[in-house]
Amino acid sequence: MGVMRILVCVKRVPAPGARIIITEDEQNIDSGHLGFTMSPHEECAIEAATQLSEQHGGEVTILTAGSSASEEQLRYAASVGASSLVLIENSSGNDWDPQRTARALSTAVRALENESGNYDLLLFGNEAADTGGYQTGIRTAHLLGRPIVNAINGIEAEEGGFVARRETLSGVEVYRVTGPAAFGVKEGINLPRYPTMKGRLASKKLSVRVIEDHSEPGEQYRLRLFRPAEVAKETVILGTDSNAAGAVVDLLEEMGLV
Amino acid sequence: MSNFPTTARCVVIGAGIVGNCLVGHLSDMGWDDIVLIDKGPLPNPGGSTGHASNFIFPVDHSKEIVDLTLESQRQYGALGMQNTCGGVEVARSEERMEEFRRRMTSAKCWGIESSLMTPAEVKELVPFINEEVILGGFYTPSVSAVDSLETGTQMRKRAQEAGHLKVLTNTEVLDIETIETSHGKAISAVVTEDGTISCETVVIASGVWSPKLAAMAGATIPLTPAVHQMADVGPFDVLVETNQELAYPIVRDMDTFCYERQSSGSMEVGSYGHRPILHRVDDIPSNDEAALSPTEMPFTPDDFDQQMEEAIELMDFLGDGEIKYAINGLLSLTPDANPVLGPTIEVENLWAAAAVWVKEGPGVGKLLAEWMTYGYPELTDPHGTDVSRFYPQQRNVNHIEARADEHFNKTYGIVHPREQWNSRRNITVGPVKSRTDDLGAFYFEAGGWERPHWYQSNSDLLANYDVPQRTHEWDARWWSPLSDAEHLHMRENAGLVDLSAFQIFEASGIGALEYVEKMVVNKCDVPVGKSIYTPVLNESGGFRSDLTIVRLQENLFRIITGAFDGARDEYWFRSHLPADASVNLENKTNAICTFGVWGPKAVALLSRVTESKLDQDNFPYGTSQSLLVEGLPVDMLRISYVGDAGFEIYTGTQHGLALWDALWEAGKDYNLRPIGAAVYGTSGRLEKGYRLMGSELENEYNPVEAGLDRNKVKAADFIGKTAYVKARAVKQVAQLCALTMDSNKCSAGYERFPTGSGNEPILTLDGDRILDDKGRISRVTTAGSAPSIGKYVLLAYLPIDKCIPGTALQVLYQNELYPITVATTGRNLSLYDSEDARMRC
Repeated sequence: MGVMRILVCVKRVPAPGARIIITEDEQNIDSGHLGFTMSPHEECAIEAATQLSEQHGGEVTILTAGSSASEEQLRYAASVGASSLVLIENSSGNDWDPQRTARALSTAVRALENESGNYDLLLFGNEAADTGGYQTGIRTAHLLGRPIVNAINGIEAEEGGFVARRETLSGVEVYRVTGPAAFGVKEGINLPRYPTMKGRLASKKLSVRVIEDHSEPGEQYRLRLFRPAEVAKETVILGTDSNAAGAVVDLLEEMGLV
Repeated sequence: MSNFPTTARCVVIGAGIVGNCLVGHLSDMGWDDIVLIDKGPLPNPGGSTGHASNFIFPVDHSKEIVDLTLESQRQYGALGMQNTCGGVEVARSEERMEEFRRRMTSAKCWGIESSLMTPAEVKELVPFINEEVILGGFYTPSVSAVDSLETGTQMRKRAQEAGHLKVLTNTEVLDIETIETSHGKAISAVVTEDGTISCETVVIASGVWSPKLAAMAGATIPLTPAVHQMADVGPFDVLVETNQELAYPIVRDMDTFCYERQSSGSMEVGSYGHRPILHRVDDIPSNDEAALSPTEMPFTPDDFDQQMEEAIELMDFLGDGEIKYAINGLLSLTPDANPVLGPTIEVENLWAAAAVWVKEGPGVGKLLAEWMTYGYPELTDPHGTDVSRFYPQQRNVNHIEARADEHFNKTYGIVHPREQWNSRRNITVGPVKSRTDDLGAFYFEAGGWERPHWYQSNSDLLANYDVPQRTHEWDARWWSPLSDAEHLHMRENAGLVDLSAFQIFEASGIGALEYVEKMVVNKCDVPVGKSIYTPVLNESGGFRSDLTIVRLQENLFRIITGAFDGARDEYWFRSHLPADASVNLENKTNAICTFGVWGPKAVALLSRVTESKLDQDNFPYGTSQSLLVEGLPVDMLRISYVGDAGFEIYTGTQHGLALWDALWEAGKDYNLRPIGAAVYGTSGRLEKGYRLMGSELENEYNPVEAGLDRNKVKAADFIGKTAYVKARAVKQVAQLCALTMDSNKCSAGYERFPTGSGNEPILTLDGDRILDDKGRISRVTTAGSAPSIGKYVLLAYLPIDKCIPGTALQVLYQNELYPITVATTGRNLSLYDSEDARMRC
């Protein structure tokens, strides 16, 4: 293949601490003092895309659906190697259920492909860090008529397609997939790089292409969010100084670690 | 919980560097029943200490801050928690190089070794720096990095091992309870989620959370949480291969407000150059809600981009480093950027210990422990950090945020000693502001008040008098030649001074005499109508204040003090009111306004507007009379801080405008001019050698050394009497002197003018620092022109062997030496009309 064209889909999500606060209307996480990020699976997908394009010569496009605030995640992706950024905005709001998201993403992919040719590879995070729906990648691939393998933790390019691996309880599954193809990437596939200062500054100079979306909402909608009852944390002090050694060994044995 | 302490003598809230060091020092000083509480876990409960960059640049222009910093370095060093790596500040502008010369002056003053460097010399120290973008450096070998968390742990353990301290972690304070007292309220208990602790004393050492905790007790600790952005970038081979935490000096890129600090293989890049980002306490997440710690807020990269570009410009390799950790770290900013320490004004036995950098933490711990133990701190005079320095209108979030927003970018800025604020001006003005506006007044802020410093309408006077101009921009900043012209005009004619910013309290009641006697050094049992100028001491015999008291009636005393010290003085007087309600202390500042009229024509001028006799026989110096001026009731006080005959005229604020207009109208025949505070506070005062609180007067010096002792000690008891009597009996090791500059000419051939802001050392002819037998440094406490004698005058304490008129010495200003000579010493420092004949005519 010539220049490998890779598209990675990401989603802006809050980066919470141990305790997650839910807004009064029970519809959202209270992100008042939270930062935003993308799921670790998606960070790994970007790293995988960047490595493939470094190995084979390629270009990486990042696609997201959301508000203009999502530019932060697009630029982060650019600071670690992406060269083209696309934001899908829907004027009727930001209620991005999986069906609507998949419709919007597939429509945008088709539009982009009509302009510049097909993407050889679509990468998704295995699931979103906030909603954890496990659907968007599969639905989008399905609408585009592309094969998809989820939960991969290894990918290589070969003539005409890709070889992907995934670990299961019973062993390792290997998939040889003809391109163009889609994959859901699982954290652990690589160790994503951090942005460099130069990368960050370069990412500021990239323009973000905005695509207007008119997809209708899907059939899935949120009733409410609630937090499961807290399990009281009980801290058992095993001892102090060297006196604790015996208890620590007992515990490690109990956990099967020694 | 069985181990929960239900009582304690003292509860300290907050286990950061300040709280930990405080409990260590309190324990050392004998406090044996202390509880330290934090809502987070140890050793890092999640406050600002936990994400501090932990480095210390000791050179500062403020004596108070340097005293705290050097003491902190000493403590960190003694605990083995200090890595002395050196540090270099680099300049990208000529203005900054001038600031470095000022820093050299301060370094010399405090005895800190420092040197100026060429770009090539900086490059030798820091081989990876781009020497082409800098003009030079300011290098201090004693710059250090410290382990603030481990230092805190050790200080805490010291108190625990002494059996003096219980520590409660993961324990949130829910309330601070108070009880009513005769004059307000006092601490009674701290309520936590695990129980209530009855206690005598509470210290809030809770960093960014301090305002919220203070509010629980009904008190104020004026600070705001603010962001300082910081990123850890790396790894870099050049750093990794050093195999050290800090192999290279810490670099401060002063003109971009950035620093670069090696941290093993990485570089910490921090900034005070981004836009000010202020938060409210309620916006800070809890330990559980925070992604990192509560004070490590999510990084906002857009704010940091310019800093990154500038950092890469200085050290190119930084661009290739990975940003592994980046935060919007929270720290505490107060309205004037200084810490807030000491007893809160609202609640007895509630103390503030907040807005403290790691570089000052252990020193602040010691200072507060001394203050709490002895009633005053020995380490340094705390007038610039005392929480009681703020007036009520300076304690609200509007003021705190406006000022923090203004000074955040000055953290590494070049701040002139006379620099004025832009924000929150015209909040407090006197009744004649419309008139002084019309006269082209240029206002300086004095304790929040707008005070005319000079008047543009006096420009024509420059043709009458040959006053010196100032060539160097630094010397001429926040200064006008009009001040000297106003001074000379007053000496020949008459001047009208707006003194509305005077702070006035009135003590009344059957116990008033006994009360004021107890508060001040000089005798207050004087005939009605007499005034008393007097030092106010703390128990150590050092200065707490100086002020004027007028006995208006048998049981009514008017206490008059300056705008800069009014808030502290009011706290001091209120906190010493007797419990039996025999004295009422009322703040009359807003009810009374004051104008001064001085000059050889002043008495004649004022005689035009009153039917009372104003001559010296009928109205002697130092006395007050209630009379009418153009039918307006006033109290006139024959007194002078400027060296000419005249009066301070007090009237109800509602009459202020009419009084000003009456004086102005009468003044037309006497060539009356408006005179600014530059004359009143500096040139007029200096010619007479009068002292100023916070400059000459501070708690390290006693009235004998300041030349403010009297022949007799009054019979009545007063605060500091024992120490004062003792000071009079022993040979003094230092004395306040007035000195004159023999030449102001600098090496470039033009004249320079020291600012007298406290950091300019007096040196021997060999260029050595001068310390007295108590280790106190001789330095310029005030500097200014004395236009009537054509000299530039400095005040300074000198060791007793040098207090001889004619002694030749030197002063260091902006790193250059100037010859000076001792002119006067002792009680009368006057350089002009030393017999005071002009004031008594």
